[in-house]
Amino acid sequence: MKENLWKWLGGILILYSIFAGLLIRVPDLPVIHESIRNLFYHVCMWFAMIVVMAVSFVNSLRFLRTFNLRYDTLAAEAARTGLLFGFLGILTGMVWARFTWGDFWVKDPQLNGAAVTILIYLAYLVLRSSIDEEQKRARISAVYAIFAFVLLIVFIGILPRLSEGSIHPGKGGNPGLGVNGLDSTMRLVFYPAIAGWVITGIIIWRIRVRLVQLKSRIDELND
Amino acid sequence: MRWDEVMSLVKKDLRLEFRQRWALNGILLYVFSTVFVTYLAFSGKMDTGPWNALFWIIMLFASVNAATKSFVQESNARQLFYYFLVSPQAVILAKIIYNLMLMLVIALLCYGVFVLFMGSWVVNHSLFIAALLLGSSGFAGILTMVAAIAGRSGNNFALMAVLSFPLVLPLLLTLIKVSAASLAPTPFSDHIGNLLVLLLLNLLVVILGWILFPYLWRD
Repeated sequence: MKENLWKWLGGILILYSIFAGLLIRVPDLPVIHESIRNLFYHVCMWFAMIVVMAVSFVNSLRFLRTFNLRYDTLAAEAARTGLLFGFLGILTGMVWARFTWGDFWVKDPQLNGAAVTILIYLAYLVLRSSIDEEQKRARISAVYAIFAFVLLIVFIGILPRLSEGSIHPGKGGNPGLGVNGLDSTMRLVFYPAIAGWVITGIIIWRIRVRLVQLKSRIDELND
Repeated sequence: MRWDEVMSLVKKDLRLEFRQRWALNGILLYVFSTVFVTYLAFSGKMDTGPWNALFWIIMLFASVNAATKSFVQESNARQLFYYFLVSPQAVILAKIIYNLMLMLVIALLCYGVFVLFMGSWVVNHSLFIAALLLGSSGFAGILTMVAAIAGRSGNNFALMAVLSFPLVLPLLLTLIKVSAASLAPTPFSDHIGNLLVLLLLNLLVVILGWILFPYLWRD
């Protein structure tokens, strides 16, 4: 029952943000113009991804404290869900970049950070699939997940230092769109959209976990 | 953990290295031949940009190659034996120190061969040396930890590159930036910030290894 309530909430918030995002009036800023609406779709993917990846990190830590395999499933499925949002974020970003910057991929710290995140978690999945023994796999991949997540956070912190300034909106290069400079009607769509996608991300993660648990239960019964 | 445990482990590794010279010689030859191949590929003409990028890419590949065998050259039984003798922290610290020495040798050789074939573009030598030192230690820290992770799984060699490249990137990009600056006449003090970032990254990696390695250790 409670689960259903969250599902409805997530669904309604996302539907609202999709329609409202297309319908509301947005400020006409140079360079980005109407493509500013991608804020409601693209940026939310990264919020959802970071939240789910943080869930994965916390569960890896919990696994190393308790050595309970349940936490390993939680961590792995969170990483998989996060990757899904990572790919969606890159795709929505690439379509936008093609129309705004003229290229699918440009040299920008924001984009490189996104690519590195995806690479790290793909490597995490490769590592997992290379070890057969459950306890060992859980322990080693938890160590890698923690090591990688901390370095990833540092990387995202360091990157802006390295570049002469990003051309990504909201990061100084392009006009407008700083979190503080956000138009007030846009906030009315942007914040619910973030909430909606984060909630949906968590729901997808929980369903995946339940699927894995059911599968292992079936295997147990078959044996 | 006691300090003499670390020291005797480092000594053990050094002695192993000198008894079976092929490992070290293999790495040195690897560096030499990669640089030679790039020299031929570029037909000897190179700008500062490619010089810098290639230098660090070759450094990265040589370091990954050198670090890969950190934990696999000794059998599991032998590792278990060490586990009864010393603390896991001593093992990881010893490996990092040993790999650091190895990386320094690689860095010096790489630079030497580069200068020999393609000339030196370095203007600000102290900045470049600082980048080399901090780069080698950073590589040693990250790659030792990844080697410990990859060594526990089945196919060590393929995993090593996949696991380490995304993790090395923050270090590598900072290094390339600092060393690019050292190829032009810029004052040393402009880059204290970036050098501090490198130093902090090194510290962070060692601390993470210190905390996480004990979990990798037992089987």
